[in-house]
Amino acid sequence: MSADQTQLAFDWSCRILSDNGCGFPAPGLHSFLFKPLATVGGFEFNKVMLLALITTLLVVAFFWAAFGKAKVVPGKLQMIGEAGYDFVRRSIVYETLGKREGEKWVPLMVSLFFFIWIMNIWSVIPLAQFPVSSVIAFPAVLAAIVWLVWVGLTFKRHGFVGFFKNITGYDKSLGWVLPLVMVIEFFSNLIVRPFTHAVRLFANMFAGHLMLVMFTVASWYLLNSWLIPAAGVSFVMTMFMIVFELFVQAVQAYVFVLLACSYIQGALAEHH
Amino acid sequence: MIANLAQLAAEETEQNPLLPAGPELLVGTIAFAIVFFFFWKKLLPNINKVLEERRAAIEGGIEEAEAMKVEAQSVLEQYKAQLAEARHEAARLRQEAQEQGAALIAEMRAEGQRQREEIIAAGHAQIEADRKAAAAALRQDVGRLATELAGKLVGESLEDHARQSRVIDRFLDELEEKAEAAR
Repeated sequence: MSADQTQLAFDWSCRILSDNGCGFPAPGLHSFLFKPLATVGGFEFNKVMLLALITTLLVVAFFWAAFGKAKVVPGKLQMIGEAGYDFVRRSIVYETLGKREGEKWVPLMVSLFFFIWIMNIWSVIPLAQFPVSSVIAFPAVLAAIVWLVWVGLTFKRHGFVGFFKNITGYDKSLGWVLPLVMVIEFFSNLIVRPFTHAVRLFANMFAGHLMLVMFTVASWYLLNSWLIPAAGVSFVMTMFMIVFELFVQAVQAYVFVLLACSYIQGALAEHH
Repeated sequence: MIANLAQLAAEETEQNPLLPAGPELLVGTIAFAIVFFFFWKKLLPNINKVLEERRAAIEGGIEEAEAMKVEAQSVLEQYKAQLAEARHEAARLRQEAQEQGAALIAEMRAEGQRQREEIIAAGHAQIEADRKAAAAALRQDVGRLATELAGKLVGESLEDHARQSRVIDRFLDELEEKAEAAR
């Protein structure tokens, strides 16, 4: 049972109560692996990468259409773009970093938000039907960028000693537990934090995709004989999961950016 | 069986979803870098400029409106002040006119009174003068008549009663004739 086989050769004849004796083609890790669409000099280009690049294209194209020739009196597209931009700028960046400190970080946060959101949305787009962010590499790259920015900024703001004080939560009033706290904080901030930052997004999308695939496949698999009503239930659940995933996709993009902002706020803080 | 499991385990490790694959990391980085570059260099500066212009336009509009409001307010106050002044002036004029009118009436009344008294006095004086002239004339006439009458009485015999009365009658007739002639 190779992963690629299951993914690429969906057996349409495989139904419950049918004679060919095949089992439920349950989704699993193999649902997240794709055969390369093309191989260029040993570089395997797959569907996820294609979707990631289309994400880039879509985000840039949309905002180019909206903001490329921006007008004081906005058109519809510009208004929508402005609403999205304003949401990230005011509700996330200004809220956490303030207007003065935050302004500099707006481009990064706006890029992160829309890039992640569109990567997530692929989950429910027909034909694509796969959230790019459910492949760990993509959240990992973004979390790494945020981590590098955060570490660099902390160094720049507080110097070498200040950096360690900042990330270890150095506070004399803690007394004898201070060494313990410093060790925990050091690992928590420097090592665990970027990991959780990436995995939070990845795992949400991963789980969401599993659920969606399971109900979708089950809707077909159960569509036989007296179990047809069960297929109906599964189909309704698919619909429900799509709506729920739409919500989760936006929330996860929001959370990722909000956390990025709060990390940067920690770096800017005078006393951690 | 055991070999099978081992193989499965090996596959699972190979498929560990928490281990990022190199090519995907590369593509992810490039994809995000492009988005960030466009937002950073072109799109956000673009929209920020427009938002700033809009803010300025709106603020300019508000300022203009504010200035107009202030001006309107000042003009209104000016008008109100002028109106109040005009009312005050009118009241003052009315008051003055009333006072003047009253003074004029009083003056006229006094003048009328004076003229009336003058007229009355003049009348009295005239009457007095006439009376005096009449009295003088009467006295003169009565003397003369008395003298005439006496002369006549002396000229005639006074014995005859009839004659006497005739004389008197004649005298009276003469008087009447004179009066008629004088008329």
